[in-house]
Order: sequence, then structure tokens, then C-alpha cells
Amino acid sequence: MSTATNSMPKEFHPSMAGAAETAYNVEEIRRDFPILHQQVHGHPLVYLDNAATSQKPRAVIDAISRYYESGNANIHRGVHFLSEHATEEHEAARRTVQSFLNAADKREIIFVRSATEGVNLVAQTYGRAHVGPGDELLISAMEHHSNIVPWQLLCEEKGARLRVIPINDRGELHMEELPKLLTPQTKLLAITHVSNALGTINPLRKIVEIAHKHKVPVIVDGAQAAPHIKIDVQALDADFYVFSGHKVYGPTGIGVLYGKLALLDAMPPYQGGGDMIRSVTFEKTLYNDLPYKFEAGTPNIGGAIGLGAALDYVTRLGIDNIAAHEHDLLTYATGSLEAIPGVHIIGTAKEKAAVVSYVIDGIHPHDIGTILDREGIAVRTGHHCAQPVMQRFKIPATARASFGLYNTRAEVDALVQGIKKVKEVFA
Amino acid sequence: MSDLRELYQDVILEHSKTPRNFRQLQSANHKAEGYNPLCGDHFTVYLDLEGDSIRDISFEGSGCAISKASASMMTQTLKGKSKEEAAKLFEQFHKLVTGQPNGDREDLGKLAVFAGVSEFPVRVKCATLAWHTLQAALEGKQEKVSTE
Repeated sequence: MSTATNSMPKEFHPSMAGAAETAYNVEEIRRDFPILHQQVHGHPLVYLDNAATSQKPRAVIDAISRYYESGNANIHRGVHFLSEHATEEHEAARRTVQSFLNAADKREIIFVRSATEGVNLVAQTYGRAHVGPGDELLISAMEHHSNIVPWQLLCEEKGARLRVIPINDRGELHMEELPKLLTPQTKLLAITHVSNALGTINPLRKIVEIAHKHKVPVIVDGAQAAPHIKIDVQALDADFYVFSGHKVYGPTGIGVLYGKLALLDAMPPYQGGGDMIRSVTFEKTLYNDLPYKFEAGTPNIGGAIGLGAALDYVTRLGIDNIAAHEHDLLTYATGSLEAIPGVHIIGTAKEKAAVVSYVIDGIHPHDIGTILDREGIAVRTGHHCAQPVMQRFKIPATARASFGLYNTRAEVDALVQGIKKVKEVFA
Repeated sequence: MSDLRELYQDVILEHSKTPRNFRQLQSANHKAEGYNPLCGDHFTVYLDLEGDSIRDISFEGSGCAISKASASMMTQTLKGKSKEEAAKLFEQFHKLVTGQPNGDREDLGKLAVFAGVSEFPVRVKCATLAWHTLQAALEGKQEKVSTE
């Protein structure tokens, strides 16, 4: 794909998104991200830690500033102008999320703090109501700690058992094991859409179909999927789906839990407080309707508005265009890194997002990270909050370059030069 | 590159590639495990204490060049030292890698090559992991190492 074309107008419209691939002008897009234009240790910043968090476009920064400069008020209860306006903006953000996920109903969109909180919410409400002694919860071997520990806590409390779908040497699920692991005791399947440590994109539609055949509901960790691939919760038939705002070019402190209406409706509340109630007396409290039943206390209004702006931005560029651009980077980076003697890529699934985890013979990932940092290159090193993945591949850690919509082939080249520098230092 | 060379001095790289006393210690009567959950560095330090004196010391595990070289050079330095001397050296070493003024730097001997770490604050934990583990092993007092 050409990244040098200048044919794209500065402001382009949703109708143009998904048009010719050549409309994706990465240099133009980079101008939307103020943070990218800085020097780190005397080198231009090369930000390749997008799987940890993404940078924010001007549109998001402005939406948040605008809210605090001229729109700030508490929502839902106020009769005054600002409160009504803030409520409207907050709910508009909910509709944006609904459309981003293609959810059937806006009441299915619950604002939470993060994907992590979304998983914990389901564990503590749906989980506690449905899981008992001797029951089983199924996860996979490539989960982030945030989709392991909440289920372990639930298992400990209820005397239930955590079971794990294994992965192969490429970092793909052993799909043939799935039906065997879905037993009459299985109460829930919790699975990631895209692996943060390996980049693997799981065949989610098929997984949900198999789980549903066994009458097992599925919660999907979409934290790594939201920035990279089109999500359609209805087509996937996912029962719950969570993602974080900050990984999809929005602010930190805001995330989304999608849940099917009937499931959410039947679930007990998560936290008690203001906003989640209809009426309170000391004898009995009636809970509010969805989605507010799960949104106790004053929510992160500015965060929701910022997230709405981020999803608008991504939609305007076109998630398919972003995916195509990132796929080009993935292919280029994979080829470039594999060509360096001693470099080994961990996670070589056929279906992959733009995440390249790698190790170098005889050099620990931390040392790689420190040396790359001095070249202005930001990568993640460590276990990526997925220690079981590291154990599976018998490595203590990896270095990980994860790409976003604003990265370029030139930045891949910078990474390659950086890795050569690492090898020089250790030569 | 100059601060990188300060950090990754030849002596450090050499120790990280061929660490000394890198083995389980059969005669050990104290041991402790040190783990840095942030980065996954993981070492076991073995001690053969005779009274207050470190008769022998070794380590095992995995970690970055800085943590491994630090562990290796620590074992070299501490063999034959007393517990009190070890504690004093740790204090000086800690000051060195965190960039604090330290009057007794010459006592550190070869360990002074770790001065470059102070320019890399996130790597201080790497440089001190083995020393913290040593401290835990020393404080483990009468706990005998199991022989399985």
C-alpha cells in the first residue's frame, strides 16, 4: 500500500472511509497526534507500545478540553442548561459506542473504568449468581491477567474450577480441545479476541457458536481488538464484550461492557450508590433501568465524551483501512525482524494483529528495551501481564513492538536499526 | 550512546555472559529467592554461612544483563566477608546505583562499574535484586535449605 499519496483531503467524510486504500495517508494522520512530534533522547519518538496504550488525536484532546472548559456539569438529575447538555453528550457517546460495536440496543452499553472492570463486573454479578461448587469456568492459555484473576477469585469464593484451552507453538488455540473442555459443569467461557502478547486473532465467531451449542455463555476481552478490527457483537453473538478506551485512541479511565439485554437485566447490580437507583428507603431500594443500574456514582463523563470522539475518529478513518495499513506494517516488520540473525518472533499465528513479540539470542528483553529507548524507540519489555503465555513458550519475557494507525514503515526501519544497535552493544 | 556504554561496561557484559558462582551450592545452609514481578527477573542466592562469615556464596536464575552481572560480581565480592561487611557494601552499592553521594566508594572495588545505572532509574531494581535476595537469605537465619 502506498503511504505517500497526497490525494486525501484534510477533512474527509464517513462516506469516503473504506474507499480506495490509497486514501489512507499516514503522514497526514500523524499530524492529528501532537505527542508524536517530539524528540526522545535526541531522536524522533518512535512509539511502538500501542498495545499498552495508544496516543490521542487532537479531536479527542479537544473534546475533553471543550467539555471541561464549557460543558462540565453532573448528569441525569440537573434541570439546568449545562447538566442537560452534559447528559446529552454523555448519552451521545453511549450511542457512538453502540454503533461502534453494532449493539442492538443502547441499554446494552455500560460505561466502566476499563476492560478490567468490565470483566470484574461480570464475574461479581453474573458469575456470583450462576457459579457454584464443582462448576467450571473456561479461559484460554493466552489470556491477559485481567481475564484470569477475576475468574480465579470467583473460583476460590465458590469452590469452582478454572480450566484452560491450550495453545500451539504458533500461539493459536487448540480448537479441537474446545468441545472437550465444555462440560455440563461449564458455566462461562472467558476468551480474548486478540492476544496482547502474541497478536493472535481468535476465531471468535466459531468459538461462540461451539460454546452456545453447549449452552455456555461467552465473555470476550476485546481490549486489543477494538483498535484494530471491526467488531460486530451481534454477528459474533457474544454475550458480553469488554474493551478499554485508552487502547483505541481515547482517554484512560473509561471502558465499555457490552452485555445482551436479557442477561444484564437479570443480573444483580455491581456497585451501589447514586444513579443506579430508582428509589431508596431504608426498607427497600428499587434499582434503576439499564444501563444505569450498573453505573453507580457520578461517571467519568469527560472520559465517555473523549471515548466517543476517539471512536468517531477511528470510524472516520475507517477501521478496515486502519486494519489494512496495520497489516502492511505487520508483514513488513515480521519480514524485517526475521531477517536479523538471532531474532525470533514469538507468536506466529496465521491470523494476527500488528503485534510483534520477539526475543534475541543471549540478550534479555530488558536490555533490548533500555537500548531501544536511548534511540527514541518505545517498546514494551516483560511478560505483558500474560505470565502463563511466557511459561508456555518457556521464556521469561519478550520485547514487543505493537503498531497503531499512525505508525509507518520508516518506524519499522528505525526499530530494525535499533535492534542492530542492541546487538552491537552486546557483541 | 555514551551513557549506554556507561551502563553496559565491558566488565558487566562479560559477567552477564559468563556469570561466576552460577550454580546451586551443595553446602548452602541459607538461601532465598528474589523475584521482580515487574520484569520477571528471578534469582536464588545460596549461602554457606559459618557463624558470621560467608564461607561460600552462589546464585542461580534468569534475568537481564544488569541483574545477572550484579549477582555474579556480588558473589565474587562477598566470598569470605562477614555479614556486617556485606550489609555495609549493600548500603554503599545502593547509594552508588541510585546516584546518592557516597564517601566510601573505594570500598566497592570492582562493583563501582555499576555507577552508570544511576542514569537509568528503572534499572536500579535490576542492579539491586541479587542484593535484596542476599539480605533475605541472611535474615532467614537458622532456616536450613531443604535438600530435595
